Amino acid sequence: MQAKNTAIKLKGITKVFGTVRANDDIDFDVKYGEILALLGENGSGKTTLMNMLSGIYQPDSGEIYKDESLISINSPKDSFAHGIGMIHQHFKLVDVLTAAENVAMGTKSKKLERKSALSARIKEISRRFGLEIDPDKKVYDMSVSEKQTVEIIKVLYRGARILILDEPTAVLTPQEIDKLFIILRKMRDEGCAIIIITHKLNEVMAISDRVTILRKGKSVGTVNTNETSARELTELMVGKAVELSIDRPETEKEKNLLNVFRLFVAGADGRNAVKDMSFDLSGGEVLGVAGIAGSGQKELCEAIAGLADVTGGTILFKNESIVGKTPAEIIKAGISMSFIPEDRLGMGLVASMDITHNMLLKSYKDGKPVVLNRKPAKELALSLIDRLEISTPGVTTPVRQLSGGNVQKVLLGREIESKPSLLITAYPVRGLDINSSYTIYDLINEQKKKGVAVLFIGEDLDVLLELCDRIMVICHGEVMGIVNAGETTKEELGLMMAGERRMEAEGKNG
Amino acid sequence: MVESTVKNKPNTLEMPIRIAKRNEMGRKKVILLRIATFALAIIAGGIFIAAMGQNPIEAYKLILKGAFVGSQRNPLSSIQATVIIFVPLLIVSIALSFAFKMKFWNIGGEGQMIVGAIFASYFAIFHSNLPHIVLILLMFFGGALGGALWALLPTLFKVRFDTNETLFTLMLNYVAFYIVKYLETLTGWRARAGFASIKHFEDNAKLLKVGGVHIGWILALLLIFLAYFYLNHTKQGYEISVVGESQATARYAGMNVRRIILRTMIISGAVCGIAGMIQVAGIDYTLSTGVTGGVGFKGITVAWLAQLNPFIMALIAAIFSILEKGSGVMQSTLKISAAATDVLQGIILFFFLGGEFFTRYTFVITKRRVKK
Repeated sequence: MQAKNTAIKLKGITKVFGTVRANDDIDFDVKYGEILALLGENGSGKTTLMNMLSGIYQPDSGEIYKDESLISINSPKDSFAHGIGMIHQHFKLVDVLTAAENVAMGTKSKKLERKSALSARIKEISRRFGLEIDPDKKVYDMSVSEKQTVEIIKVLYRGARILILDEPTAVLTPQEIDKLFIILRKMRDEGCAIIIITHKLNEVMAISDRVTILRKGKSVGTVNTNETSARELTELMVGKAVELSIDRPETEKEKNLLNVFRLFVAGADGRNAVKDMSFDLSGGEVLGVAGIAGSGQKELCEAIAGLADVTGGTILFKNESIVGKTPAEIIKAGISMSFIPEDRLGMGLVASMDITHNMLLKSYKDGKPVVLNRKPAKELALSLIDRLEISTPGVTTPVRQLSGGNVQKVLLGREIESKPSLLITAYPVRGLDINSSYTIYDLINEQKKKGVAVLFIGEDLDVLLELCDRIMVICHGEVMGIVNAGETTKEELGLMMAGERRMEAEGKNG
Repeated sequence: MVESTVKNKPNTLEMPIRIAKRNEMGRKKVILLRIATFALAIIAGGIFIAAMGQNPIEAYKLILKGAFVGSQRNPLSSIQATVIIFVPLLIVSIALSFAFKMKFWNIGGEGQMIVGAIFASYFAIFHSNLPHIVLILLMFFGGALGGALWALLPTLFKVRFDTNETLFTLMLNYVAFYIVKYLETLTGWRARAGFASIKHFEDNAKLLKVGGVHIGWILALLLIFLAYFYLNHTKQGYEISVVGESQATARYAGMNVRRIILRTMIISGAVCGIAGMIQVAGIDYTLSTGVTGGVGFKGITVAWLAQLNPFIMALIAAIFSILEKGSGVMQSTLKISAAATDVLQGIILFFFLGGEFFTRYTFVITKRRVKK
């Protein structure tokens, strides 16, 4: 084993998208037998840099060395050939095939390996790295963490010795994260070079040997993990000292603004995605919803907003049933939803329209009949740009040209502006940098203080624990328990997210 | 160390050219690009004419002359003929653009126009003794109704069962076409026994002429402004844009997506139907299977080339009409085959569409050394 030899070295990599310098003269290296964390806020260019290693993009200038010799990577195929494997944030697996078939797929060998040989080889790889997988299980039957395991085996099977993982922990429960880290350490000890892209500091501290920090497309340095601290890393990442705590203001609660009782909601496939869900929400309260992605969060939000088919149960808003009302009626009643989907723009905003026209979306019916009045929307747009510090070339710039943080400010700003009594917000900080995230938390708290009931669908358990009054944990569309955020731990939430039910005793209306 | 199961040789072949998405072009640049593509199209067309042994400059002169310079007796005759081609093309292009703005692929302009013409012809043939103004209004609204019904059918299926509107509207074109064929054989509609053609309209059912051309041209010009106002300054126009961009977003904003789709398609079909009415009452004075002149399809090209902007649609439709009228004259003067003018039109269209590609993409030449 040639431990600690340099595996990949990047020199002066620059990549420009239009006017954005996504990567600007970046130097970077990773050695065999180490775990390197690539840390940076969203939009700092981490994924772009790694996509150049995996052959998805080509650098505009700069050089890539592997094992000390200059190489050129023009396609994902080249990348495989150089022994580089990337595990993307969104898995690229075929649902109807088995683990083994997914692993064998796309490999160059003319003849498909015999099934038994293939299985044997997968088992061999699994044993070596401590991975657990049943080669004959179909992907659609797998949990998120199993799918991730298949992705890892896929790149190992292709002979990758340099592994890149893009935000691998985003979709996992705390327990699954621990397991993943054990596997990564084992791979490191076997001599692999591992790059893990992340923006979570505690994970960097827990797993990495060295950290390279990117800020706004530039590398701000590489440090040894055991010589640094989370505080120092944040400063490097953000460029200034940041106060990392979220307020949880005490408020007057107006009881039972929203009452959900034994709710069933049909999902896209016709099966119930929300099953027998009951909870209540008071004005001036933030109720967090925790759960693995796809546990029924979307359907719950859509049911309250009148967009999904309620197949059973009741939703009472201010003691009045809103099941069966049209979305327009529900908006009028004072319920406002801002759902940030994975692509950020799919719902709630029209990507090709400017901020003014996106403001109009909820208010265009006001005013005179027939003729569209853009004036109030434009004024609102200007005031939001000013108040929320939205950075945009102007009110006429299409929102798709804005950065993620600004897009989300536009969306949340508009929803808040409609002065709702119930604000549903799903993943409002998805993909945001730290400063923008805190602006959003402040906005939510501001609403809470005004007596608005907030249903907050979140991803980051640390944030849920700090921001919310109570947290409802769901799994496969069912409520596992509702706990007081001040009296629970991440571990407890993790177990519930994985399906362990909790006696719903003290959590009621804390 | 993990040994490789699948052995690939690193690919050292360089791809010197790749296609890359460009950042959004400024408005000025886009206009420059359009002018450049137009110039290139003229040059390429010229090469084609030269290859047939004709002088390209002469040929282009003939086209312009054919489109604008009339006979001694009536100096306006050529312009009038060009306008007659222009009117239905523009009306149908605008009609289709309503649907396209909503990303509803209405390929049924032909059929909607034919059915509009049938409804209008019904009043012209069977109620010709009504007062002129009443009759024309009945024909007008009848035409609109016919086109709207023909558009409504596939739309209902679309919103109810999510059927494919492209195929559905396309197929209905043929149904409409053969309905006319059937009417040609029907007593009451038929002009004379034994002849497959429909009665001529009485003068009472003919459109008034203004400046030597039926009054439809005024309507077409009005429609440009109406369409622009409707799409850009009304609530319904805004709804159409949102539904076109994202139905999920539209639903989220509380819009009734189905109703918007139905309403917009009724408008689109009705305007196509009006084009049919104008054609039978203004030019043909009878109903025939050739009533559309293919504008239901040409209109698709016009609408998209103009990026659904009514004013630019007028410009493009004018260019198309000049080309069509003028190349007819060129063809008969130079004695070249009719197919050649089609090729010429095809070349020009090809360049227009090719230019669109460059507004969005660009070629990047990569220069990189590779050590082997």
